[in-house]
Formats: sequence, C-alpha cells, structure tokens
Amino acid sequence: MDFQTAVFYFLSAILVFASLRVITARNPVHAALHLILAFFTCGGIWALLQAEFLAIAIILVYVGAVMVLFLFVVMMLDINIDRIREGFWNYLPLGALLGLLMVMEMGLVLGSKYFQVPAAEAMVPAGVSNTKAIGALMFSDYVYPFELASLILLVGMIAAIVLTYRGPKKSKYTNPNQQVFVKAKDRVRVLQMPVEKD
Amino acid sequence: MDALMNFGTGIFGGAWPAVWTLIKIVLIVAPMMLGVAYLTYFERKVIGYMQVRIGPNRVGPWGLIQPIADGLKLLMKEIIVPSGANKGIFIIAPMLAIAPALAAWAVVPFTDSLVLANIDASLLYIMAITSMGVYGIILSGWASNSKYAFLGAMRSAAQMVSYEISMGFSLICVLMVSNSLNLVEIVNVQNQGRFAGWGLSFLSWNWLPLFPMFLVYLISGVAETNRAPFDVAEGESEIVAGFHVEYSGMAFAVFFLAEYANMILVSALTSIMFLGGWLSPVSFLPDGILWLFAKMSAILFLFLWFRATFPRYRYDQLMRLGWKVFVPICLIWLVVVGVWMMSPLNIWK
Repeated sequence: MDFQTAVFYFLSAILVFASLRVITARNPVHAALHLILAFFTCGGIWALLQAEFLAIAIILVYVGAVMVLFLFVVMMLDINIDRIREGFWNYLPLGALLGLLMVMEMGLVLGSKYFQVPAAEAMVPAGVSNTKAIGALMFSDYVYPFELASLILLVGMIAAIVLTYRGPKKSKYTNPNQQVFVKAKDRVRVLQMPVEKD
Repeated sequence: MDALMNFGTGIFGGAWPAVWTLIKIVLIVAPMMLGVAYLTYFERKVIGYMQVRIGPNRVGPWGLIQPIADGLKLLMKEIIVPSGANKGIFIIAPMLAIAPALAAWAVVPFTDSLVLANIDASLLYIMAITSMGVYGIILSGWASNSKYAFLGAMRSAAQMVSYEISMGFSLICVLMVSNSLNLVEIVNVQNQGRFAGWGLSFLSWNWLPLFPMFLVYLISGVAETNRAPFDVAEGESEIVAGFHVEYSGMAFAVFFLAEYANMILVSALTSIMFLGGWLSPVSFLPDGILWLFAKMSAILFLFLWFRATFPRYRYDQLMRLGWKVFVPICLIWLVVVGVWMMSPLNIWK
C-alpha cells in the first residue's frame, strides 16, 4: 500500500466515523461539530484527488461560514432530546425511502465504470492550474447556468430577509447614522455673558 | 545547502523531506511565538509611554524578561475546569483558536523563494483557514457553561463573521488586479508599473490604486482580531472578559497567544497584499525580508496606537460600520476596479 492510499483510508475512516456520529450523537452541538469534521475531512480527500480548488472551497464555504451559523442556531435552541426521539418510528419509513434513493443515485454514479458508461475524463492541459480551468469553464461554457444559480441564491437571500422582517420597530432606539454625524456646535452653545459689576 | 540535504538524506533516508518540512515549520513557528511574547511587552511599553507611564521595567534590563516571567507564571497555574462545563470541548477550544493562526503561515511568503508551501491558491487557502478561527471562540463560550462567556462568544463570533465579508471583498479586488491567487505572484505584480519604472516602486504597490480597500482591510483586520477599538468581546462592566472568562493558566494563555498570533498574521498579510511585501520602496535599495519585517512592525505599531488612543465602539455602531459602510464601499470599489481594468486606462497589464 503506497502512501497516498494509506492517507485515503485514514481520511475515509475519519469521514465515515464523523458522519455516523452526526446521526448518533445525543447532543446536537456534538452532532454539528462532527458534521464540521466530516466537511473538513471531505476537503482533505478532495485535495488528495488534486481538486485543490474544491477542497478549499468546501472549507471556506461550509466550514468557515455555513456551519458557524448552524452552530449558532443549534447552541441557542433549547432542545429537549427526549421529545426529538419520540417521532422516530413515524419518520422511519420516509427516512428509509430517502436513504434508499440516495444509495441508488450514488450507485449509479459510482457504478458507471461497471456498467461500461464512458466516464467523462477531466482533461486539463499541463501547466494550467485546476482553479484556472474551473474558472474558465464556469464563465464560458456554463455561464448561463452559473448566473442562474447565483440569481436563485440572491432571491433566496432576499426572501429570507422578507420572511423574517417584522415591520419597523416601535421602540425608542438610537440611530448610529445620526450620532456619527453630530457636530459639537449642534449640541453645545457657548454663551458670552457680560461680567457683572456691583 | 546541498551538503545539508545530503546529510539529512543519509540519516533519515526517504523520510528526509518530511523531517525537513518539520524543521522549516519549527523555524517559522518558534520565532513567531517569541514575536508574540515580545509583542505583549512592546504593547505594554508603547501604551505606557502614550499614557505617560513607564510600563514594565522591573524584570531584567528595561523589563525585557517580563514576557518570559509572565509565560512561566501562566504555565505554573492550575487549569480549572468549571463543574458544569463540557470538558472535551472546553479543552479543545483553545487549540482550535490557535491552530488556524499558525496553519495560515504555511503559505505566507517571506521572500520570493522563502516560503514553506508555494501553492497556486494560497490566497484562497488563507481565507479558508482564517475563517476557521471563529470556532475556538464560539466553542469556548458554549463549553464554559457561563452566561458571560456565552454572550462574549456570541458577540465576537458575530463580529468576526461580519468583518470577514468586507475582508474577503477587499481581497477579491487584490486578486483581480494581480490576476493571481498566489501570494508570491501578488507581491511580484506590485513591482511593475509606471512608478516602479521610475524607481519609486512604493507608488506602484496596491495601497495607492486600491486605497479604500487598503483601509477597509486594515480596519477589518483590527475588528477580526477582536482588538480595541472593536474589543466588544471584552467588557469589564457587562460581560467581564468575554469568551475566555472561565479559562485559567495555560488554557487562557493559548487564547492570548492566538490573539497576538492573529495580529501578526494580519499585519503580514496587509504588508503582502497592499504594501509590497519584501519589495524595497525605492529601486536603489535591495529587496529583502527586512522590508517585510519593517512593514509588519509598522502595522503592529498601528494596532497598539489604536488601542491606546481610540474610544471603544458600541456594539450596534460596530455592526453598522461592518454592514452598512464597509460592504457597500467594497461593492462599489469592486465595480470601479472592474471598469478600470476594462478601460484603456488599465494600469495592471
């Protein structure tokens, strides 16, 4: 077994363990932490496959941003673990169906070699970095799907704000914008008083 | 150098590249830890003189051994784990805080050949690794099982996440004009241009054409490291010491080290992205690592100067600055730089 294979098995073992802990951990914060570990390890495996851009992107986006907010929410929630476990058997058929579907999809993708489907080999000419190749493809061949995806994300972002906006605040609050632009002469008046003489 | 390589291969055989990399890591981390220790000394001295005091002057000549004494004191102290704390996470949190601050140095170039890993996407790597620093803070606050720590962690995490956005945008401007994600390349590009041709290369550095981004990056860097005037994580009157209030001894010291290591990292990155890294400001002086250290020291001095002179921001003012001032400035300047690069006035060809 060469070094690369050893690293692959090491990372895969961590990934499988972390993923299992995500669904078995009793404490939701521990589950979220194991999900972070899973994403990080996934990035490691992608780096091993020489997809360094994707590896860094998953760490930047999922570990650095998405999971931070996720962890925020999970920490703030007052979760009663027993009540979560209550509905387990009711949800099991639906969950099992979804799980089966995902296993089938993965099998189709990974089994392409077995079913003799000619897999599209990534052709990157020598001397062009992976990052550059992805960028060039994204903004030439796939520019419309890419722009469409970003548009959908923008709509999602605005929708989230609209859904959680509860109208203007009725309470008294200070406006930092006004505070910053305050000048001393707006607030302080210097009076000239003639000196009183007896 | 070749003799050293042959000697190493002779002793360690095939494992020599790994050992050599470890030696290089030690050569980067050890001076940095020393730098962190003396940065605390420097800070106390600078703030002391700015407040017309003397600062530490008892331990050793001019108080020079003070940081060592402080370190020893913290090392000897007991680490107390609060009774309701989540023990595993409580212990891991300080490590998670300092690990990104150290890991980021793997791609930071000191000169065009002196860099541990000269990878293509080093800027992306830096952004990814530094974005993970927030976990140490959130987890320490949560695991301490203390309201003060939790509130402090929430504050500083929200602050770091917000300022990361404007930091990222200013770095996008840098990578647009450099046409590269490689830090070595980013510095080399700053050595080209009309002013560099006249021998005044400091006017060709990114700080001048990207001046608003330089300011945004520098100020966001101060906020990102939770330093004054953005140190809302720490508020003696409201939440005591913030997220590390329950930590003592070496566990506390590790948070302290992480904060100062992050300061040094931000100053190094600012020097590399905007101030030409190891390039000399005028062409008749040679380039070299000393220039990088000089620029870093100047920025670190700025950090201390800010702390000594500026009043603190209130929390809502801080959020307003991040979201309502910096993000719009960044978005506008991004478009300006894009149009500039497409126009005939493009200076970055």
